[in-house]
Amino acid sequence: METKNIMIVGVGGQGTLLASKLLGRLLLTKGFDVKVSEVHGMSQRGGSVVTYVRWGDRVCSPIIDKGQADCILSFELLEAARYTEYLKPGGRIIVNSQQINPMPVIAGAAVYPEKLVEKLSALEINVDALDALSLAEEAGSSKAVNLVLMGRLAKHFDFTDEEWMDAIEHSVPPKFLELNRKAFELGRSA
Amino acid sequence: MKTLMLGNEAVARGLYEAGCSFVSSYPGTPSTEITECVAKYEEVYAEWAPNEKVALEAAFGASLRGKRSFCAMKHVGLNVAADPLFTISYTGVNAGLVIGVADDAGMHSSQNEQDSRHYARASKIPMLEPSDSAEAIAFAKLAYELSEEYDTAVLIKMCTRVSHSQSVVETGERVLPAQRPYEKNPGKYIMMPANAKKRHPDVEERTKALTAWAEKAEINRIDPGQDTSMGIITSSTCYQYVKEALGDTCPVLKLGMIWPMPEQKIRDFAASVDKLVVVEELDSFIETHCRNLGLSVAGKELFTEIGELGQNLVKEKLGERVQSGAVLAEDIPARPPVMCAGCPHRSLFYVLKKLNLTVLGDIGCYTLGAVAPLNAIDTTICMGASVSGLHGFVKAGDEENAGRTVAVIGDSTFIHSGVTGLINIAYNDSNSTVIILDNSITGMTGHQQNPTTGFNLKGDPCTKIDLESLCRAVGVRRVRVVDPYDMDACQAAIQEELAAKEPSVIISRRPCALLKYVKHPGPICADPEKCKGCKACMNIGCPAISMEEGKVKIDTTLCVGCGVCEQLCKFGALGAGK
Repeated sequence: METKNIMIVGVGGQGTLLASKLLGRLLLTKGFDVKVSEVHGMSQRGGSVVTYVRWGDRVCSPIIDKGQADCILSFELLEAARYTEYLKPGGRIIVNSQQINPMPVIAGAAVYPEKLVEKLSALEINVDALDALSLAEEAGSSKAVNLVLMGRLAKHFDFTDEEWMDAIEHSVPPKFLELNRKAFELGRSA
Repeated sequence: MKTLMLGNEAVARGLYEAGCSFVSSYPGTPSTEITECVAKYEEVYAEWAPNEKVALEAAFGASLRGKRSFCAMKHVGLNVAADPLFTISYTGVNAGLVIGVADDAGMHSSQNEQDSRHYARASKIPMLEPSDSAEAIAFAKLAYELSEEYDTAVLIKMCTRVSHSQSVVETGERVLPAQRPYEKNPGKYIMMPANAKKRHPDVEERTKALTAWAEKAEINRIDPGQDTSMGIITSSTCYQYVKEALGDTCPVLKLGMIWPMPEQKIRDFAASVDKLVVVEELDSFIETHCRNLGLSVAGKELFTEIGELGQNLVKEKLGERVQSGAVLAEDIPARPPVMCAGCPHRSLFYVLKKLNLTVLGDIGCYTLGAVAPLNAIDTTICMGASVSGLHGFVKAGDEENAGRTVAVIGDSTFIHSGVTGLINIAYNDSNSTVIILDNSITGMTGHQQNPTTGFNLKGDPCTKIDLESLCRAVGVRRVRVVDPYDMDACQAAIQEELAAKEPSVIISRRPCALLKYVKHPGPICADPEKCKGCKACMNIGCPAISMEEGKVKIDTTLCVGCGVCEQLCKFGALGAGK
């Protein structure tokens, strides 16, 4: 099969690494060749963060280049807008509609663009926006945004419930398992 | 069983399987996880050393005593370890000695993008370059075999994309070789001129022998391809970009050992294709080697020396079409990294800015003191350069601008190479004021212990260096400690020490706000009634503070209640939460 590409983007500290860990586990148990690439260090300090997840029969490059992503999973609205160029024509963006102001906006040196969901929808891509933060809070913790988004992703990919549940069990601490399962379900059914 | 493993974790796995028993490193992105991961194996002794030179010398000592040893560092760390590196090349080893070095093309978390491959050639030490995690395991094990067979240290060169990418591996068992006996051998291990002169020809012979090995080595392999109008020589992550871009269409010579390089194999490969192209990141290294062999080759005329390459760039430069994505016609504000809410460095930098001082900076999270709105740092060069630079800056100044300059340096960086600069300040008596930003951890690389924290790499309690005593012991009489959250006290201390006519050290002490053991009082409350919208609180660049409709607003998910903004508000609009 042709290599599939998902980019996970967000703000340092939002839990994007757990999402890629979970996906990696799922894809590996499915028997695919998998590469997951992330950047550590300075960008973790509240900066823009990107993780690449790639799978198929044989995956070479660890990164996703412009025009190659089948799907972008964005933890924050502005970050979705930042990386649209990486989507294939007709690709899909799943975006948490939460807005986190970057420092230039906080300091008044830049403006957070308005109506980004509408503007994204006007492009030739599929936009699936949801308020993952509220759903995570409904599940029991604002930190479960990543599992809400995973649930939403599950709607668009052909993996079984058992496969998702196995990956979740192996990626989150046992005491938060129920909460995370709930967040996943909320994301999937929302 | 197949597992997904980070490149750095895979190096650690390879070390473990190869029976490596001693690891000493200094953390540095993107190399840090090699040492963190290997420390999880109980059979391996692993430690954080104060700096890379100490780490390499310690690893050499362990090799000398007969155990397979290792040390890891980032590219700039190899500059620090270069002194022992060049002479260890002459002595060779007893048990295998492997050195991991991780480059950072694209400077994701570094101050330059130097190409470490030059060190292999310059020091005449072989260098292996894995292109994914499976190779990272295999090459780590191979490195020990080469090290012992050819009596040499071996470099393993990583890069951000190999270090920080997970790919599929299969693990093996640990095989522990018997400890080699140490035998006194002055001709081999005492590198004074008479002995070193005899060793140098051995080094040159070794390179010849390794070149012969490189001709036949499986890790320097040719992937066949039907279209011989072009042949590509590449290595590391660039190999993956080439395969992604071109598939198996044209022949590819993949070099697993980047120094020394084969000669005949490259000549034969060149002869088998119409056009030879080298795809490599950063400098012309393989390309230069090809040119030295008299071959006609395309390389840097196509692929930049600057930043990272990628599959699109490879395609485009080799004349293939690249698909582009939809661009949003909108100015997207940048999202640069920022000091965390509650970071103890923030308030200290605010005071330095308020006093309008020239601030010589150093390497760590606190480099973020250079960005708006603080803009409080004048220089950042390398580990320790703030302290030694300050001495020169002060000595070269005059009475008129005296007392206007300080150095800032973190606790780990001070131990790494700031203390030698402080010795110079005391010894050669410059009227310098050094501020040690002691947040009780190595922060930027992700919370590593260091000699000032009281814990070692394995997490066990250990000797804790007392910074005050250390500074006094080198001859600085004026040493004082301040709490950076108390800005009035910080300002008074800085002004007093700058006024003093002798060297001084201020230790700005408060643990990193992200450390698990640090208890925070909880978010500050903003009172919109009292807020006059003066924005004084905005001048500290805290990500938890913003203005909404002219009034201050606190993001309670970020705010830890450090109280620094409270000190800036003249109207009492910010106060402790309930």
